[in-house]
Amino acid sequence: MKGGVMAEKIDLGKKVLSENDRLAGEIREKLSAHRIAALNFVSSPGSGKTSLLERTLAALKDELRIGLIAGDVQTENDANRLIKAGGRMVRPLVTGGSCHLDARMVSRVLPEMDIEQLDLLIIENVGNLVCPSSYDLGEDMKVVLISTTEGDDKPLKYPGMFRRSSIMVINKIDLLGTSDFDMAQVKANALSINANLKIFELSCRTGEGLDAWLDWLKQLVGEKRGE
Amino acid sequence: MHELSIAQSIYETVLREMEIRELAEVSTVGVRVGALSGVMADALQFSFEAIVIDSPLAGCKFTIEEIPVHGSCQSCGKAFVVKDFLFCCPICQSGQIEVTQGYELEIAYLEVRGKGEG
Ligand SMILES: Nc1nc2c(ncn2[C@@H]2O[C@H](COP(=O)(O)OP(=O)(O)OP(=O)(O)O)[C@@H](O)[C@H]2O)c(=O)[nH]1
Ligand SMILES: [Mg+2]
Ligand SMILES: [Zn+2]
Repeated sequence: MKGGVMAEKIDLGKKVLSENDRLAGEIREKLSAHRIAALNFVSSPGSGKTSLLERTLAALKDELRIGLIAGDVQTENDANRLIKAGGRMVRPLVTGGSCHLDARMVSRVLPEMDIEQLDLLIIENVGNLVCPSSYDLGEDMKVVLISTTEGDDKPLKYPGMFRRSSIMVINKIDLLGTSDFDMAQVKANALSINANLKIFELSCRTGEGLDAWLDWLKQLVGEKRGE
Repeated sequence: MHELSIAQSIYETVLREMEIRELAEVSTVGVRVGALSGVMADALQFSFEAIVIDSPLAGCKFTIEEIPVHGSCQSCGKAFVVKDFLFCCPICQSGQIEVTQGYELEIAYLEVRGKGEG
């Protein structure tokens, strides 16, 4: 069409989160260079991320040097709980409204930590099973928590997060039987989305099942150190 | 709801590309959103449209191509569309499925009005 307006298409193929992925790559390299294992804890609000970290600190604080980044939308409550539980290198990361942590936030607090002195870094993400799944933080793996007070169909509702996680912790098993939460069903649902999920069942209240989790954590750190 | 911040980065990337490529006007921004990307297409559409009002991209169309999950069986090699996030091979029932598509979150293309015509 002479004189008409022709549309010209320009192929971009540009990842929207390429800057986040680049920063996450930098974090991963830095941690790997120091042989530090890194975990990203994700769950719905209240599944027990901070509780499991408190338990982990109480049991391992003399054995492993654990650094913690506690993400929270508004408060520093979780960071304070972790310091009280014996955490020696705890940094709060208040997002000021954002529903997830991103690699830029982590790379901002990381220089404040003496990472050469660490064996393990655990990042507690904001309680949310959707948004944090899009953001790589430079971790070795995501650990997704679910508690027995949530529905056993959670994995089916949030497949993206369960697919991207390597570990699933089922917390609050002390409350089993008080609802219609079906342990076999939740595992089947999670494994249908990710057949390679490693699953732990435990209670941060009673301590039941914690040993398997702690043993796995020690093994992970050992492997990362190259032992 | 992180779609607003995703839309914001798309908006900023488009403006940067316009500058680099010396484009006066972009008529369409085409994005690809995978079913495993963690981003809701509707919310992203809404967010982008809200951002471009009164901006250099006002009136720009926003087109989302939603990408279903595609998998490849690690046992028998079958490639298939993973329906309802059930990662199970339709041929051999293996659960060892590699995701080949579905994580996309990218700006695929820009459409501009033809240059130097008329
Ligand atoms: N009965 C029981 N309660 C638990 C258990 N673990 C944690 N809780 C309780 O669950 C509530 C939430 O635990 P948190 O550890 O704060 O959960 P969280 O995932 O860190 O929460 P956010 O950071 O707000 O997302 C607290 O009241 C805990 O005491 C458990 O194993 N059994
Ligand atoms: Mg917490
Ligand atoms: Zn197969």
